[in-house]
Amino acid sequence: MTRIVVGPFNRVEGDLEVTLEVEEGAVRSAQVNSPLFRGFEQILGGKAPLDALVLVPRICGICSVAQSAAAAQALAHAMRVDPPENGRLAANLTLAAENLADHLTHFYLFFMPDFARRQYAKRRWFPLVERRFQAMRGTASTDALGARAHFLELMGILAGKWPHTLAVQPGGSSRPVQPAEKVQLFVLLRAFRNFLERVVFGDELERIAAIDGQAALDAWREERPAQASDFRLFLEIAADLDLSRLGRATDVFLSYGAYRQGAAACFAPGVFDGALHELEEPAISEDVSHAWLAADAPRHPAEGTTRPAPDKPGAYSWCKAPRLAGRVVEVGALARQVVNGHPLARDLVFRAGGNVFSRVAARFLELALVVPEMERWVMSLEPGAPFCVSGEEPDEASGAGMVEAARGSLGHWLVVRRGRIHGYQIIAPTTWNFSPRDADGRPGALEQALVGTPAGEGEAELAVQHVVRSFDPCMVCTVH
Amino acid sequence: MRPLNVVWVQSGGCGGCTMSLLSSPVRDPLGTLADVGLNLLWHPSLSEATGAEVLAILNACASGETPLDVLCVEGAVLRGPNGTGRFHVLSGTGQPMMQWVRRLAQRASRVVAVGTCAAYGGMTSAGANPADACGLQYDGDTPGGLLGASWRDHFGLPVINVAGCPTHPAWVMDTLVAMALGTFGVADLDALGRPRSYADQLVHHGCPRNEFYEFKASAERPSHLGCLMENMGCKATQAHADCNTRLWNGSGSCLRGGYACINCTAPGFEEPGHAFALTPKIAGIPIGLPTDMPKAWFVALAALSKSATPRRVRENATADHTVVPPPIRPAGRR
Repeated sequence: MTRIVVGPFNRVEGDLEVTLEVEEGAVRSAQVNSPLFRGFEQILGGKAPLDALVLVPRICGICSVAQSAAAAQALAHAMRVDPPENGRLAANLTLAAENLADHLTHFYLFFMPDFARRQYAKRRWFPLVERRFQAMRGTASTDALGARAHFLELMGILAGKWPHTLAVQPGGSSRPVQPAEKVQLFVLLRAFRNFLERVVFGDELERIAAIDGQAALDAWREERPAQASDFRLFLEIAADLDLSRLGRATDVFLSYGAYRQGAAACFAPGVFDGALHELEEPAISEDVSHAWLAADAPRHPAEGTTRPAPDKPGAYSWCKAPRLAGRVVEVGALARQVVNGHPLARDLVFRAGGNVFSRVAARFLELALVVPEMERWVMSLEPGAPFCVSGEEPDEASGAGMVEAARGSLGHWLVVRRGRIHGYQIIAPTTWNFSPRDADGRPGALEQALVGTPAGEGEAELAVQHVVRSFDPCMVCTVH
Repeated sequence: MRPLNVVWVQSGGCGGCTMSLLSSPVRDPLGTLADVGLNLLWHPSLSEATGAEVLAILNACASGETPLDVLCVEGAVLRGPNGTGRFHVLSGTGQPMMQWVRRLAQRASRVVAVGTCAAYGGMTSAGANPADACGLQYDGDTPGGLLGASWRDHFGLPVINVAGCPTHPAWVMDTLVAMALGTFGVADLDALGRPRSYADQLVHHGCPRNEFYEFKASAERPSHLGCLMENMGCKATQAHADCNTRLWNGSGSCLRGGYACINCTAPGFEEPGHAFALTPKIAGIPIGLPTDMPKAWFVALAALSKSATPRRVRENATADHTVVPPPIRPAGRR
């Protein structure tokens, strides 16, 4: 058995180290280490509750609005305020803009350049992929960054700037949209739709969103050549390398539900393990048995603490191990779409579970599903009607904010005592996906997904990279 | 001329300055850097090289085998716990990032702190500073930090602090391109090591709420159109940056987004000593008035302008859309 330490693990957000035990050309066990601890939960302690809105976006430069949204929701809960319709629409639009921009960043900058590496030089699709996706040199990153920067002009209008806005408030948005700006937002969305339909998909978004299973996806693929679009090229690679065999984890999927519409959500909350269940928030707990944190029983985050213990024996990460009723779950775009019941996501999971292919395919599905929603949200804005209601900063209160970031379920749990933040616990998407083992020795989702992954020379060298990046990890959020 | 080798590392921060740079209004920021002769040897979010390949690049730079012309550091240096730096070990190396940054900085011809965390410690050093974070050459507003106050690069410059939380993509691009063109010198830095190209301006310059400021017609809560200085914590009249003349993400800035400037280009901004979105006042008068204006004059002018405020400005200040439009006066003589 050989022990391999993989790091620095780049093209993920933040710093990641993976330790593999390899036997007979495959991973036998894996340990995931999140090697950066900053202590945001301690920094937040003692602050004025609304100061969280300045602090938490700065946990993460890529999930910044998601962090703001979770804090705003936790504060709204604690302050007993509810944003007006315009505020809710603005919150959906800023979060969706970040999430979709992140999906693009993941595919074009983080995930695809691995297929342009020389190890794949003998594959028939390699010349196309090398020209398009080679890191720093491929033509695709220029296209995608340009479209992404233009798309993020939505943030210039709705949030002042991205990342790190203070426009997302418990009572709604600090940025009322004026009539001409409503038009400008719509035009920006149409430009983004045009990029997606022309370059990313080579087809209308509605037709992509209507693909209802593997068979329909295969038919769509066979109708056009590999170079027809970037999504089509990805399907070519995925079929040739059989990416759906790589990276299967627990197949228990969690979503907090995304984009509120009235009392409901555009994407419903829940848990899917072959059958759909309601999300039981009290069943969430965090275990610190293998983290460099002071020993403690698993606790619900509303009662959780974070106390560094850098010399703790047996620990190998700064990351806690969140569990749902003791189970290891997977979060992300695939989980959101499976829980919400999209037929393609359900069919892909029915056939081969969560894997490298289904995780990436689900992000494409979201690009196709969410842009039309954003167009409707913009058209629903009513300039002149309120964007924000005010509320009193609480003296004694608690609240939870549970949102969906690009890479999955993000929760904030806030306790206020005597007008100050007494407790603030955060469980980020990658905390779920990249957790270490728990007290019962159960490995986290990535640790399970890596078991059985080929490891060795040539193409096998890259399989671990594909599995890790398929989760679109955000390591700065993970430990915070 | 040989292209300048650039290495970009992410220390104890959020990665937001890279994300900001990737939203650059320059059509092709990476292509532009290459075009002016900046050879990005490695960037954690962008490069192909991973694992052992990265270590080879970093070791070659740290040993001097590969010339390192520009070291860009994003994120604060984490010195904790107890000075060991173990709160951030560079993965795959077993070595604290603090040591890597020190080794690379010793070889680098120039060192750029990208963002307020790398410059001064920033948000990572807020509260009780649990990770013992500091900047490359500052610990908050105290010179020192990781490299020490007397550290100078091969050209006699201190660390170049492209401060901002996040930093503006144009501030980074302008600084790096000027270096590539050989036009960046010590006279281009202000007293806190920030490029004067943006730090010699105030965020107040170009603020679209200026008419409200003139009359001290103030917003009272989020979404109001009025000036954010009197009640909402805005520090734009003291904050060094060109945010309202060089906009963010097309047409934005904090003030245009309806919220306060929190002076994020300054050391210590993370601990203002008051709630961020509330203006501290003494006897009803905001403390922290414009730094170079006699306070008595400010108060006198404010009282005068408040009493002269047009109804239009007063009513619009506490609304979320224009409730009283400007009067129309015939422009011609016929």
